[in-house]
Amino acid sequence: MKRATLVNWLLVLAVVTIAAVPLVFIGGEFGGADGIAAERIAADHPDYRPWASALFEPSAEVASGLFALQAALGAGFLGYYFGVVRTKRRLRRESDAPDGEG
Amino acid sequence: MHIAEGYLPPLHAVAWTVAAAPFVVHGARAVVRQLRTDPESKLLLGAAGAFSFVLSALKIPSVTGSCSHPTGTGLGAVLFRPPVMALLGTIVLFFQATLLAHGGLTTLGANAFSMAVAGPWVAYGVYRLARRLGGGLALGVFLAAALGDLATYCVTSVQLALAFPDAASGVLGAVVKFGSIFAITQIPLAISEGLLTVLIVRLLTRVSPAELTRLGLLRPAPGKEIAA
Repeated sequence: MKRATLVNWLLVLAVVTIAAVPLVFIGGEFGGADGIAAERIAADHPDYRPWASALFEPSAEVASGLFALQAALGAGFLGYYFGVVRTKRRLRRESDAPDGEG
Repeated sequence: MHIAEGYLPPLHAVAWTVAAAPFVVHGARAVVRQLRTDPESKLLLGAAGAFSFVLSALKIPSVTGSCSHPTGTGLGAVLFRPPVMALLGTIVLFFQATLLAHGGLTTLGANAFSMAVAGPWVAYGVYRLARRLGGGLALGVFLAAALGDLATYCVTSVQLALAFPDAASGVLGAVVKFGSIFAITQIPLAISEGLLTVLIVRLLTRVSPAELTRLGLLRPAPGKEIAA
């Protein structure tokens, strides 16, 4: 394995580890930090009433799907980008024509 | 994690919207200008937006026993300068506010100010500073993405503290209170975002060095072919 590739995989491994360690070693509900902030506001300022609510509030199940969709759209485009750029580069290298720029 | 719908008093909501709006409008013009002067960067610009889309969808557990997500705005800020991310970040927030009930329309201004304005500018400033002090590309990108991410949530904490000062300790006490919810949770995530942004930049360096050179991230290497 090339060194650059190894470093890339180590970066991925580090990110996975950072996410996994709290799950394994720290107990917790792992609720959203925004929800916890909202709870604290409700506890410390009981007279505050949120004056607007979401127009469309998906159920937890549907929301998880929509979050997955968001990630998929982003990841899909990133994959498309790398595919296009790599192919372009390869074709350019293969043709290797002096007027190949562009 | 953004400020939830309705969780800023109307006055604050309007004020942050007014504060963020010029940045977003300026950002929209910056995107148009970028595409007009450098049409070839269209795909990479989309990729920077896509990166923010992915990262802000990933809710990652943290050491505080709660979850938050990265912002992914540091990459675009370093590649295309911060104004571009003011628009792209706001689009991400709008998507989450309308379809996912995450964040909100009344708090869109405040959230845009933290994630699409403050975060990218901090990221860009940190990147420039790190490079000027002799830091390499990877170090600069890591610090930029990590600190930009962290700055976003520090601004969120301040925004909530201004709206909900602590009864006993005032605004400062509330900054600490909300900071312990948002900023501490965010530290490991900021590190993750830094690492992931370095990964993407490493991949970009390999597949599109010419583009990164044009954007000023890589110096034209005299010995190496850039775009054969």
